[in-house]
Amino acid sequence: MRAFEYVVADSPAAARALARESGDARFYAGGTTLVDLMKSDVERPGRVIDISRLPLTAIELRGDVLRIGALARNSDVAYDPAVARRFPAVSEALLSGASGQIRNAATIGGNLLQRTRCTYFRETRWRCNKREPGSGCDALDGFNRGHAILGTSDSCIATYPGDLAVALCALSANVIVEGDAGERTVALDELYVLPGDRPERENTLAAGELITGIELRAEPLYEHSHYLKIRDRASYEFALASVACAIELEGGRIARARLALGGVATVPWRAREAEDLLAGSPPGDAAYRRAADAALAGARTRAHNGYKVELAKRAIVRALRTACGGAA
Amino acid sequence: MRTSERPAAPARSLPLTLRLNGRDATFTIEPEVTLLDLLRERGGLTGTKKGCDRGQCGACTVLVNGRRTLSCLALALAHAGDAITTIEGLADGDRLHPVQAAFVEHDALQCGFCTPGQILSAVGVIAEGRARTDDEIREAMSGNLCRCGAYPNIVAAVAAAREALR
Ligand SMILES: Cc1cc2nc3c(=O)[nH]c(=O)nc-3n(C[C@H](O)[C@H](O)[C@H](O)COP(=O)(O)OP(=O)(O)OC[C@H]3O[C@@H](n4cnc5c(N)ncnc54)[C@H](O)[C@@H]3O)c2cc1C
Ligand code: SF4
Ligand code: FES
Ligand code: FES
Repeated sequence: MRAFEYVVADSPAAARALARESGDARFYAGGTTLVDLMKSDVERPGRVIDISRLPLTAIELRGDVLRIGALARNSDVAYDPAVARRFPAVSEALLSGASGQIRNAATIGGNLLQRTRCTYFRETRWRCNKREPGSGCDALDGFNRGHAILGTSDSCIATYPGDLAVALCALSANVIVEGDAGERTVALDELYVLPGDRPERENTLAAGELITGIELRAEPLYEHSHYLKIRDRASYEFALASVACAIELEGGRIARARLALGGVATVPWRAREAEDLLAGSPPGDAAYRRAADAALAGARTRAHNGYKVELAKRAIVRALRTACGGAA
Repeated sequence: MRTSERPAAPARSLPLTLRLNGRDATFTIEPEVTLLDLLRERGGLTGTKKGCDRGQCGACTVLVNGRRTLSCLALALAHAGDAITTIEGLADGDRLHPVQAAFVEHDALQCGFCTPGQILSAVGVIAEGRARTDDEIREAMSGNLCRCGAYPNIVAAVAAAREALR
């Protein structure tokens, strides 16, 4: 690991000031992404700002709005009774991620900002536009079995690896961000940006901005939400494809549906067209398959990831069946 | 790991006090030192193993304030004041901790390299109350890999330890 300066922030404002002062600072929350990538020389901060003890750990349901502090640990959020009851997909997504040890350290803010697991990004001997803008992308014609099929560009096909953000995306969560101009609220799917020709830019946070929490509005629909993750082994593995969904039935028909995909896209992927197709249809595999076809219509595959198209479609059908079973 | 190309900042080493297996311990360390390297190389506690050094194997599992976590992905300085329990701190004198005893009883190891991490993880899982069935144990212990494949006996040992700790 390269040498860096270590400082502790004792308030969100202090954290931001410490970041502003330094051109190349990184916040340290749980450290499970940051330290990993610093060891690989992918992250090279001159200053590491320890925010791990900031008092932003509360999980509170006020009226219809659940607010979760950015420093709440993944395991505490997953097992919180209000989260598990009102937003089961969030709890399921968190528990499907990483391991018990990592979930005890990992925070909500850090989880949202985890970096891609693209091998070419994680090892500095390869060319990677995300790590070194303009250098090329060795994944395009490399071993790209795990890479994205939605939202890709000619510069980058890296998959967004996280689970939590996919569930939050389906449930229209907001991210609360504190910057120089005070607090602002960003819709989760506006936090992330498509790679385009600037894959080094992954989100809309300004330098030194701090995520302080997330907000979820409780809706009856979300009580029947579900997260399904398909991977190479039963546990402790990233998604090859994942689905977060929620269904509300009314008079024997689907009144409203929410659908987002993970493991197949460059950002947490909301499938709004598929949601619109589901609304008004009677529940059943025919409707689910039609929605799945629509969700994957724009897929662009490379040499080794073509299987993800059918995998994702079947995952969507299965997840919707489960969610509908719960909503019936 | 490469050496730094950045000129060293002044006063790089910082003081750190934490509780190691029930005793206060003070060090002066560089920010780059992970909790794992602190334990092994400065604390003389080599029971905690370094497998992958990247969060992928669980060999470095320790308890931080009673919760299991990976020591290889944590900066030591971020744990000022925390209570760290390693495999060396589990037994009560000559009396093995119930989880240690269950691992011996059920022959839950072969080479033993993953074992300290397995045991600390099991202590954490049982305390969390997430070891109610064999399937729950398998899922909750999935962050600890065993290259010798001692898994069936590890599950049996964790289930037995859960009963012993009731
Ligand atoms: C072996 C392994 C397996 C894993 N498997 C999965 C998996 O299956 N699914 C999954 O979703 N994840 C998985 N992960 C990733 C893990 O969930 C993340 O590393 C973790 O959630 C990151 O949280 P953290 O608090 O440790 O972040 P940190 O490492 O502390 O921070 C990550 C990044 O976010 C920035 N940051 C942190 N907090 C804030 C904030 N409040 N405001 C602004 N910026 C901030 C940091 O500066 C840093 O750049 C895995 C990780 C490992 C090592
Ligand atoms: S896919 Fe993206 S992250 Fe991976 S090597 Fe190409 S540019 Fe880098
Ligand atoms: S050494 Fe920490 S997880 Fe492998
Ligand atoms: S006993 Fe050898 S790795 Fe587990």
